[in-house]
Amino acid sequence: MLRTLYQYIAPQTLAWLIVALPLAGATINGFYSLVASRFHKHASHSFTSLIGCGLPVLSFVISLLIFVTLIGFSAGQDPTMITGPLFQWVVTGNLTIDLGLKFDQLSLVMVLIVTGVGSLIHIYSMGYMGHDEGYARYFSYLNLFLFFMLLLVLGDSLVLLFVGWEGVGLCSYLLIGFWFEDPTKAAAGKKAFIVNRIGDAGFLLGMFFIYATLSSHNLPPTEHQYNFFNFEVIKHHSAYLMPVATPICLLLFLGACGKSAQIPLYVWLPDAMAGPTPVSALIHAATMVTAGIYMIARLNFLYVLSPTAMQVVAWIGAITAIFAATIGLTQTDIKKVLAYSTISQLGYMFLALGVGAFSAAIFHLMTHAFFKALLFLGAGSVIHAMGGEQDIRNFGGLKEKMPITAWTFVIGAAAISGIFPFAGFFSKDAILWHTFHGGHISLWLIGFVGAGLTAFYMFRLVGMTFFGQPQMGRGEWQKVHESPPSMGFVLLFLGVLSVIGGWVGIPEAFGGGDHFHHWLSGVFGKMVVHEGMEEGHAAEIILTVVSLLWSLHFAILASVIYAQRREWPTKMAEKFQFLYKLIFNKYWIDELYDFIIVRPLVTLSEKVFWGVIDAKVIDQYGVHGAGRLMIFWNRCVTAVQTGVVQQYLLFFVIGVVLILWGFVF
Amino acid sequence: MMEPIFFYGFGGLAVVTALLMVTRVNPIASAVWLVVCFFAFAALFITLEAHFIGVIQVLLYAGAIMVLFIFVIMLLNIGAEELKARTMQFSGLLGGLVTIYLIVLITLGLLKNPVRFFEPLTEGYGYVAPVGRLLFTKYLVPFELTSVLLLVAIVGSVVMGKRKL
Amino acid sequence: MMITLTHYLILAAVLFCIGVFGVVVRRNILIIFMSIELMLSAVNLVFLSFSRYLGTQDGHVWVFMVLTVAAAEAAVGLGIIVALFRNKQTIYVDEVKELKG
Repeated sequence: MLRTLYQYIAPQTLAWLIVALPLAGATINGFYSLVASRFHKHASHSFTSLIGCGLPVLSFVISLLIFVTLIGFSAGQDPTMITGPLFQWVVTGNLTIDLGLKFDQLSLVMVLIVTGVGSLIHIYSMGYMGHDEGYARYFSYLNLFLFFMLLLVLGDSLVLLFVGWEGVGLCSYLLIGFWFEDPTKAAAGKKAFIVNRIGDAGFLLGMFFIYATLSSHNLPPTEHQYNFFNFEVIKHHSAYLMPVATPICLLLFLGACGKSAQIPLYVWLPDAMAGPTPVSALIHAATMVTAGIYMIARLNFLYVLSPTAMQVVAWIGAITAIFAATIGLTQTDIKKVLAYSTISQLGYMFLALGVGAFSAAIFHLMTHAFFKALLFLGAGSVIHAMGGEQDIRNFGGLKEKMPITAWTFVIGAAAISGIFPFAGFFSKDAILWHTFHGGHISLWLIGFVGAGLTAFYMFRLVGMTFFGQPQMGRGEWQKVHESPPSMGFVLLFLGVLSVIGGWVGIPEAFGGGDHFHHWLSGVFGKMVVHEGMEEGHAAEIILTVVSLLWSLHFAILASVIYAQRREWPTKMAEKFQFLYKLIFNKYWIDELYDFIIVRPLVTLSEKVFWGVIDAKVIDQYGVHGAGRLMIFWNRCVTAVQTGVVQQYLLFFVIGVVLILWGFVF
Repeated sequence: MMEPIFFYGFGGLAVVTALLMVTRVNPIASAVWLVVCFFAFAALFITLEAHFIGVIQVLLYAGAIMVLFIFVIMLLNIGAEELKARTMQFSGLLGGLVTIYLIVLITLGLLKNPVRFFEPLTEGYGYVAPVGRLLFTKYLVPFELTSVLLLVAIVGSVVMGKRKL
Repeated sequence: MMITLTHYLILAAVLFCIGVFGVVVRRNILIIFMSIELMLSAVNLVFLSFSRYLGTQDGHVWVFMVLTVAAAEAAVGLGIIVALFRNKQTIYVDEVKELKG
């Protein structure tokens, strides 16, 4: 069937459709919502849904086609494909930027995650956003996000990656502030945007650094001679980057810190929960925040050149992982808990990247996309049922009323806690094992403790939300209902994925094929991934069992405490009041940033930049000065314009005299 | 030879009458002095062997155009009580200076070139027949275009003359 | 003493400049107009002098054209003056200042 299809359409052409379809959807829905609001009509939900969900699904189908094609047709070879440059974007004397898409093992995984999970969340949104005024606008943004995300993962050059990077940042801003009538939500969108800009400045500097370094060498003249941002070209000439690899990698990592919410730039992600819950699931859990991990994995050849940068990445990741996990212990907003758990899980991925286990990071990225999307969508389902209530202290016992949500949520929680045989078990243990095996014992210890905390706060969430006694009023309890089928179906589907998603990477120690790692070895190289793995099987099994028991005992502990003995935590909090307050207030990091950076900047801007430079200097001397100068000149010129034609003639004659003077003398 | 006498005589007359025209208070006086000036011009033209043009000058300028001027002056009935100071105070002085300077400059410029003498002419130069032949052969198109110009002028003056458009 | 081209040209220049003087200096629009006619005639004189010098009669034709233009100009210009007087009750140009900026 594929051969028949490809008789008419080349796979390269089809590849562009993956990116183009969501863009088309965004454009159509965007115009549609504009036109509808112009004529004060309600946008048709069925049309919007058809476009908004149909095109991403189609995009997913095409991604699957390409996937099947690449593994089917080129047996034995690397399943890679590079579409020819669609057009040359920038052509200058010493810089060329082509637009092309790159399909390899890494981007295929990412594309399947993005389009697959993305499509599911689109379908879920049909139910979740069904009553919203801005239905068409919402789908337009969501499709636009998908377009930029696909551009990010498929782009064959750093510039294209950056375009997608900024684009997803824009969509994130638009969607966090989707309900912009509420000032706090609009402010959350702004915060996300501004914090990301700080990271992007680092990213840009890193790109410039690469360009400056490569262009200062005389590269051998080929057709790609000036294509400095192309991944292939960078990889090919990475030897030139060897001396400056550390600054480049650290600058790029700053960008990743912003996008993927790592210390010190994580503060925007908890606030980003102001957006609609499917958005939190898609953008702030499953896809966009993983862009930093993807970027580092994509540039793995650069990062392995700099052990220092790798160390930094690993440490930042590990510290973020445990830091966010501790905050997650005390949060009471269901989405905030999930947000901190996302930060924590992203920290694990960076830990994996930092210790050189790139494929483990991508593996965790994939399973995380499944179970975190599931958890967020489950939380969305709960919020939907509770009419917007997000405080878990007011939940309880919801499994009676909404069994599908409850049990899929439990699956998700088990997956994130790393409990056998759910998806997270394999990916998290891959990370911890690689950390341990690489000799980073202290990092492993942090990760190990963090894994226990993860299990604890996740099952605290489960216990407080779905088990125990209902904590709400009787009337509210009556109104709680299971979500519509479009949402339930997605939850079930993601639940299944959260169970089986990890099975593609069962390590060899457990008799599995470790297919995921082999699959990605084409990108990351065999050296990094399989550094003497064979002799450590026994140690790996022991370690895994230990961490499984560790997580399991925390999970059971938490669910028992929070489902049945709710007074215990309160007593504990009273006993360790300082510690509790510290964690409950998120270590006062937001306040610290506010005090150190935001307030001085605002004060400086208001007092100096606005009060003195803008109001006094620019307005007084610049703007008004220019005006006054013009008025002065105007007076001079109007004095000449008497309106008496004869005087004009006189000037004319004087001019003639002057010209004649030139002729005669 | 009579030519210097004619030149200085009529040239001087033209300059003097032109100056009188420019300086008279009453427009009627100016118009009459201009008529005299145009007669002097016609004489100068004839001295330059341009007989046809000299005649046309008298007929058209002195005869037609100046009559039109005097007619308009009469029509507007600018009496003595409406007479005001002849010139503007400041620009009168400046204009005079500039004019004198212009004359000096042009004269100096002309004198820098070598003096060019007139050559003897062919028989019939400047008569009606050769000029008319040129008009109807070499310069036929411009000549016809002047008729269009005159038509436009007629329409224009009619439009101007109407009280309400 | 021979009368040369230069004599005629200087004479024409002097007459022309008297016309310029009238245009620039006088307030009465009718006299300004007459000064313009004087300037046109001075130019005619230059045309004819050069025709005489070159021995051709093309200059005569052009003088003829200038006369036509002068006639047309007089017709339209006087029409304008009449219209101006009708609307402003003045023929003094310094009292017409619509162009003042």
